[in-house]
Order: sequence, then structure tokens, then C-alpha cells
Amino acid sequence: MDDFLAARLQMAFSLGFHIVFACIGMVMPFFMSLAHFYWLRTKKVVYRDVTKAWSKGVAIFFATGAVSGTVLSFELGLLWPKFMEHAGPIFGMPFSLEGTAFFIEAIALGFYLYGWNRLNPWFHWATGVVVGISGLLSGILVVAANAWMNSPAGFDYVNGQYLNIDPIKAMFNEAWFSQSLHMCIAAFVSTGFAVAGIHALMILKGKSVKFHSTAFKIAAVFGTVAACLQPLSGDISAKDVAKRQPEKLAAMEAHFHTERFAPLIIGGIPDTANKKVDYAIRIPGLLSFMATGDFNGEVKGLDSVPQEDQPPVTVTHYAFQIMVGLGMAMVLIAVLYFIALWKKKDWLRSRWLLKLFVIATPLGFIALEAGWTVTEVGRQPWIIRGVMRTADAVTPMPGIAYSFYLFTAVYISLAVIVSLLLFRQISMVDKLYDSANQSKDEQL
Amino acid sequence: MIYVVIIFLWTSILLYILLGGADFGAGIIELFTSKTNKAKTRKTMYKAIGPIWEANHMWLIIAVVILFVGFPKIYTTISVYLHIPLVCMLLGIIARGTAFVFRNYDAVKDDMQKVYTPIFVYSSLITPFFLGIIAASSVSGQIDPQANDFVSAYIFSWLNWFSVAVGIFTVSICGFLAIIFIIGQTDNDGDRQHFVGKAKRAIFIVMFCGALVFAAAYAEHIPLATWIFGDTPGLIAIIAASISLIIMFYALNKDKPILLRLLAGFQVAMILFAATYTHFPDIVLLKNGENLSLVAHQGQVKTIASLGYALLIGSLFILPALVYLIYIFQKPKEIIADH
Repeated sequence: MDDFLAARLQMAFSLGFHIVFACIGMVMPFFMSLAHFYWLRTKKVVYRDVTKAWSKGVAIFFATGAVSGTVLSFELGLLWPKFMEHAGPIFGMPFSLEGTAFFIEAIALGFYLYGWNRLNPWFHWATGVVVGISGLLSGILVVAANAWMNSPAGFDYVNGQYLNIDPIKAMFNEAWFSQSLHMCIAAFVSTGFAVAGIHALMILKGKSVKFHSTAFKIAAVFGTVAACLQPLSGDISAKDVAKRQPEKLAAMEAHFHTERFAPLIIGGIPDTANKKVDYAIRIPGLLSFMATGDFNGEVKGLDSVPQEDQPPVTVTHYAFQIMVGLGMAMVLIAVLYFIALWKKKDWLRSRWLLKLFVIATPLGFIALEAGWTVTEVGRQPWIIRGVMRTADAVTPMPGIAYSFYLFTAVYISLAVIVSLLLFRQISMVDKLYDSANQSKDEQL
Repeated sequence: MIYVVIIFLWTSILLYILLGGADFGAGIIELFTSKTNKAKTRKTMYKAIGPIWEANHMWLIIAVVILFVGFPKIYTTISVYLHIPLVCMLLGIIARGTAFVFRNYDAVKDDMQKVYTPIFVYSSLITPFFLGIIAASSVSGQIDPQANDFVSAYIFSWLNWFSVAVGIFTVSICGFLAIIFIIGQTDNDGDRQHFVGKAKRAIFIVMFCGALVFAAAYAEHIPLATWIFGDTPGLIAIIAASISLIIMFYALNKDKPILLRLLAGFQVAMILFAATYTHFPDIVLLKNGENLSLVAHQGQVKTIASLGYALLIGSLFILPALVYLIYIFQKPKEIIADH
């Protein structure tokens, strides 16, 4: 394997791994705090039980996310030194602020996890909320840094020199808002659906039903509301990408030629040699409308940039289709769930709705990874769009393939162990967390 | 503003060595503890360390961020030529951080503990060892940007007796810090005597490893003695550390845990000061005689200014919260009812 490919794969693996843990680490605290709030308000024991069980999950995911994040802060230099040499001083502002947010998160988590029976109950609750807020801030800041790579700002690039650096302008680049918004909602969708799906499965199995139903409802409401908001944020992103990075939108849509009244291409197999898409569904004019707000608006195709500056079409297109398709599937489930909540209460007790949620468990995270693939692969061949090519940023050290194998093995083992831990936590719920079940045991 | 940033960088590194180091030390002494005392050591340690555990390791992230934002040339040079020890350290960090949490949060306590524990203790040893290697390599003058073969560019940049000796020295300091910390956490006289005895032995081990560093430096023709004893501030720092060592023996015999911790922190701070002052503002010494300096290789004005403000504002949030966290969990436990 050549070093450049190995470096890209290692970075992709590391980020793809970290993104899952980071998202759970920033969203779960909100679920946990809401359950905790209900416990303090209603004194119904089941809420305390759910809070405690979820806090264990937060601890596991936070710790794994923290180490994989530490590794990333080094990997940027280990794999892309030329990039960091120039980009570090420009897009470093969100990273230095994120350091603070992350630190606060770690401190607040210390208070929260060890604070039961030791802190004032509402102060204890508030530390849980701080974990969530600072986690969310970290996420927004890191994505703002990534947005800068898509939409470089805050410097003048003159004859290969990076002059007049302004880190504040770099942080508030044109893409920061749309990207951060889309990412944060995605974190809520994917975590909400994953958590709801797991609890739905336990309800179907008939284990600690009250406990799991309480947990399911909180996660499902977060996940489904977020799923319905996501298309709106997606629309903001699409319009933004059309304006800023037309070649990325073209790759997402496998839209080879610049045209007016451009059709929305759904599915299909991109034929890059002949610059066409086979077997696709085409909705005339819709892409023009979505990108520009006008059915007759001009949408730039891949041919608007030279061949050597075009992103890979196939991967970007498929990843985009997967993201949108799964997103829509989750919107559908969300709509059914809302109907059940408001109109058809008996659906809530039916098995098919729960089964639907079980099937949807991984969908959010698959969509999340796909969406991240779109934004990263769709930026290629650039690492800083229009300024530095990814191939020029890679480390001169040979043998990166071995490093890639090593890190892949480590991340796979970690994923296996975390899954085992999670499985054990869940299967021990009736013994460890569900007090309803424990008092029944005592009576017997 | 550049000096504000440099002070933050130095302080983060010091706090990482002290707090993160004590954490690593906990794993190291677990490795070198007899089976009968293992459970006792572990329990005493984690009762206190649990709540601040994650926060202790944040200092490394702060230091790295300061380096790559403020001093990108220094960050990238280290990243390229010390790639291998950095990867080893990162693997240690991953293994340790996850194994610590896994063994505490596994709902079923079974044979999997036999998997987590060795991973935890050995990675506790490996991580500071490579941290020491990286630190030593930055000043040992073996990083050679002109090298044109793999071995001299990426292996001999860090593999030499001096680096290895500093790695061992770092490990010994971590163990020492952990034992000093643990003395204050014991709740009965027997345990305290046990750890005081260990602390005395640890001091001699640290001194021996320190001597090893000088011997290795001599063998590698690194003028370490001239660096440390050559200028007055460095010399004063070493003398102050030596005097505090004598006070430490007194504190060990008189059972003064807080004084002990302060002294241990002071000694490590003095060692770091002596080691960094002599080259300041240079931080990486290259083989071709060109040095990378925190002053000459700093980022542009606005970068340093915004980094400085970010750090100052950040510390307004972090430090009070951190102090309160440590304070709350050091207090004797009072149960708040109805919770």
C-alpha cells in the first residue's frame, strides 16, 4: 500500500472511530440530565435508575472518545505535517477554545460520576448539564476547524506564503455554521436512534420493561425530533455547498455537466469515463431548485473545474445517497412515532413500532459516517480547498502502511471491547440498576 | 503575549508530569507490588484519583494545542522525526485510558479483569517511558533534517542511551509521585508505614536513575553537566531541589502528607526548570546545529495574541472548577440525604 493512501486511510479510520464516541459523549449527557431532572422533580425511582445506568455509558464513551481525541491531536502532525505547519496558526483558535471546553467537560464529569450522595442534588444535576453543554461546544468548535478546510478564511495566500493571519476570521469562516449545525443535529439523531433501538430490543425481550420503556421514550423523543429537523439543516448545507464548493455538490449528485433546470439524480451508477449516470431516477429541475431556490437556476457541474481538481465522484455520490436515504427513513419512523404519541396511543404498545426502532438502531451512525465521508472525500484533492493539496501535506516518513495496520487493529479491538462492555451493562440492568426488580427479589 | 503562551506551555507540561505522572505511577507501583498488597494499593489509589482522573490527562492536550497553534514548526519537526516514539506513546495512552475505565465500569467482574489489568499496568509503564524518550530526543541533537536514509532520520533521531536513560528516569519519577500521593490517602497507620517505607526506597531509585541519565549523557557526548550546572539559575534550582529532599525525609518521618506532596511537586518543577532553562528559548536542538526556538519560531502576531487570550480566558474557567473538584473529593465524605 502506498504511504499516501495509508495515511489517508489511517486518518479516516481514526476520525471515523472518534466521531462515534464523540457524538455519544456529547449527546448522552443530555438524555441523562433529563432523566435526572425527572427524578429530582417526581422522585420516581425508575428515573434515578435510568440516570445511573446511562451515566456508566457516558463514562465509558467519554473515556474512549477522550483518548481517541488525544491521538487525533497528534496524528494531525504525524500524518500531515506540511498541513499543520501552515494551518495550525490559522485554524488553531477553535482548537485552543475546544481545549478549554473539553477540560471543563472532564471536570464536570468527575463531579457528576462521583457526586451521588456527596453534592447538593441540584448542583449535582447542573454538573451533568455542564458535561453536555461543554461537549456540544467542543463538537461545534472542532467542526468549525474542519469547516475552515472547506472554506479557508482569515489569511492571504500570496506566492506560497500565508500572510495577514486572523484566527478569529478563520474560525468564523463561511462554512462553520451550516456544518456545525448539521453535525450537532446528526449527533442527536444517531445517538437517539441507537439508544432507543437498544432499549426497544430489551422491551421486546420483556426484561425490566418499565425501566427500558422510560429510557426508550427519552431517547426516542430526542432522536425523532432531531431526525425531523435534519432535512432543514441539510437544505441550508446544500445551498451553502452549492455556493462555496460547487464541485463538491456536483460530486455528491454525480452531476457532470453545468446546466440549468438540473435534475435531482437519485441512486444510479456513475460512469466517470463517459460522464453520465446509469439507472438513476431523475427528478427534472429539482436540483436547481434545491441548490439555488429557482427551478431554472444554473448548477455548476464537475466540468466547471479542471480534471485534476475534481473530487472522486463514485464514493461521494454513494455516500451522499446513503446519508439522505437513511435520513429519510428515520424521518418516516419519526412521523410514525409522533402519530403514535398523539393520535394512536395503542401503537405505542404494539410490537411492530418497537421492531422498527430496533432495525433503525445503527441507521443514524451509518448516515453520520456517510455524511462525514461526503464532506471529506468531496473536498479532495484538497486538504485546504484551493490552497494545499492533500498529497502535498503527507509526512515524508515511509512505511505509514504499518502504522495504519497497527492503528486499525487497535481501533477494532477497542470497538469489540466497548461493545462487550455495553452488552454487559445492558444485560445486567435488572441486577444493577432496576430497583423495581430488586425489591421484587427481596419480597420473594 | 508570547511569554504568557510560553508560561502556559511550560505549566501544562509540568502539570501533566505531576498529575498525569502520578496516575501513571499508580499503574507502575501496581506492577511492582507484591500480590498481597496489590488490592490495597489499588483501592487506596482509586478512591482519591477517580474523580480527577480524566482531568489529569487534559494537560497533555493543552500542551499539544499550544505547540501546534503557536509553534507549528516545532510541532511538525517533532511529529516527523519522532514519529515512532510518539506512536508508541499514543498506543500507551489509548491502552491505559481505556483499560482504566473498562476495569472500573465492566458490569461483570470476571476473567476479563485479567485482560484489563496487565494492559493497564504495562501501558502505565510504557507511556511515561516514551514521553521521557521524546523529551530527551528534543535536546539530544540527534534529529537530522538532512538525513537521507530511514534509520538515521527516523530511528537514531531518538534511539540512544541518553534518551533511554531519561525514559527510565521519567518512569521512576512517576512511581515516586504516586507513592507520595498515596501516603496522604491511607486511612490507617499500618498502611501509612508501608508506603512511607516504599517512598524512601523510591527516592533512592529516582536518584539512581538520575545518575544513570548523567552517565548516559557522558557516554553520548552530551554536555548535560555543563547545561545543568553551568549557569546560576539551573544550579540554584538543583540546590533547592536537594535541600527540599532533606526536608522530605523529615516530612516522611513526621507524617505530613500535604507538605510531602508540595515538596515532591517542587522537586519535579525544579528538575524541569533546570532541564529547560539552560536552552531557553530553544526547545529542539537539531543535529545541524540549527535550533528551534520558542521565540524565533513563534506564529504570527495575531495567532499568538488570540492563543494567549484563549488560554487566559480558559484558565479562568478551568482552574477554579478544578480546585473545587479536588477540594470536594478530598473532604471527608458527608452523605447528603434524599438523593
